[in-house]
Amino acid sequence: MRRIEYFAPETVDEAVALLGRYGESVSILAGGTDLLVEIKHKVRTPDQLVNIKKIAGLVGLTYKQSAGLRIGALTTVRAVETSQVIQEKYAGLAQAAQALGSVQIRNRATVAGNICRASPSADIPPPLMADDATVRIYGPDGERVIALENFFTGPGQTVLNTDEILIEIIVPNPLPGTGKVYLKHGRRKAMELATVGAAVSLTLEEDICIRARVVLGAVAPTPIRVHEVEDVLQGIFIDEKVIGDAARIAMKVARPISDVRSSAEYRLQITEIITKRAITQALALAKTA
Amino acid sequence: MPKQIMQMMVNGEAYEVAVEPSWMLLDVLRKELGLTGTKKGCDVGDCGACTVIMDGKAVNSCLILCVEADGAQILTVEGLAAQTEGDSALHPLQKSFLDHGAVQCGFCTPGMLMTAKVLLDENPHPSEDEVRSAMAGNICRCTGYVKIVDAVMAVGTD
Repeated sequence: MRRIEYFAPETVDEAVALLGRYGESVSILAGGTDLLVEIKHKVRTPDQLVNIKKIAGLVGLTYKQSAGLRIGALTTVRAVETSQVIQEKYAGLAQAAQALGSVQIRNRATVAGNICRASPSADIPPPLMADDATVRIYGPDGERVIALENFFTGPGQTVLNTDEILIEIIVPNPLPGTGKVYLKHGRRKAMELATVGAAVSLTLEEDICIRARVVLGAVAPTPIRVHEVEDVLQGIFIDEKVIGDAARIAMKVARPISDVRSSAEYRLQITEIITKRAITQALALAKTA
Repeated sequence: MPKQIMQMMVNGEAYEVAVEPSWMLLDVLRKELGLTGTKKGCDVGDCGACTVIMDGKAVNSCLILCVEADGAQILTVEGLAAQTEGDSALHPLQKSFLDHGAVQCGFCTPGMLMTAKVLLDENPHPSEDEVRSAMAGNICRCTGYVKIVDAVMAVGTD
């Protein structure tokens, strides 16, 4: 691997200062399961690495009914996958975590890293967006909080400045009667990037859907909230016909590309099927929640 | 940047190594420490041949800078047998792999063993689905996986 200068700061301020000093030539090293691959493939060529794993206060997974779920930037995908409270209350997120890579990857990869890498097919963003997650960003001018659905600006691109670090993800407490699902379609059952990803969160009150969130991954330059689908699901009793209509709308709104994994045409067809399945499953879960 | 001195425990022994920041844990284990049981397959975290156990977790050592392992406890396949109680020269997983014919060329085997060990430490009696899911990060070109899964399941039912 190319020679690099290596730093392991112990505070966020030190890390931010390093990012500010080196600008475009520095990369943040957290889990390293994407960055180091890109460096080995010479897709990214940083001269400096800032290992943020020694910064106290960035690990942590806490849940309180009043405050919701708080995920520190260094929390691993494996910790999210195996968290009982996440499996119970944020099931889509747990499913997405389990679908990511392998156990070995998940033991190192961070949820924040998957978000910041901003791959259009990333697994972690869709269920978090479906849960109205926000992210806390820290930079030289202090903190700002952004809704995750406004975080992504393009493939591999986010609103983060080069001298900012994502430090925490905040997810509200789910409403009673909410069912959540993340479905990932791929050419193989494991170790795969999504060809289509669908996160759905539905909240039922007396059989009427009072809140619907539908987020698709891998079918646009960024993960996308599909408002058009949410609009047909909200405020009504959802039956098979509604689900079928919703899935067809998803197919119309998706704008996938053809790439090594799949053609755009195939992805569109799968979008309809996966959206239908995800809504159906979320609905069933909402009924028993 | 000059080399950094770092410490790690590998298979119960303390090591102090001077490393370039760009050196991967996999390469240091193999070249500096002479522990060539851990294999380099894809070198990008897809195949699992480089799997070691670091602080109790199975990880791809090809995706960890050695400096990141400063202060860590690492177990490689060479240290597996020593984890066994009694006088047997082999860890139960190793014995089961041999008994079940789960080793052909053997290249994936160290990685398979390390992943399986952590699986059984966390889940002593996994189902077949749980075994296959837990070991999805370890690829084998030779065996078709059946015997590997059988070997792990056999230790799991003990």
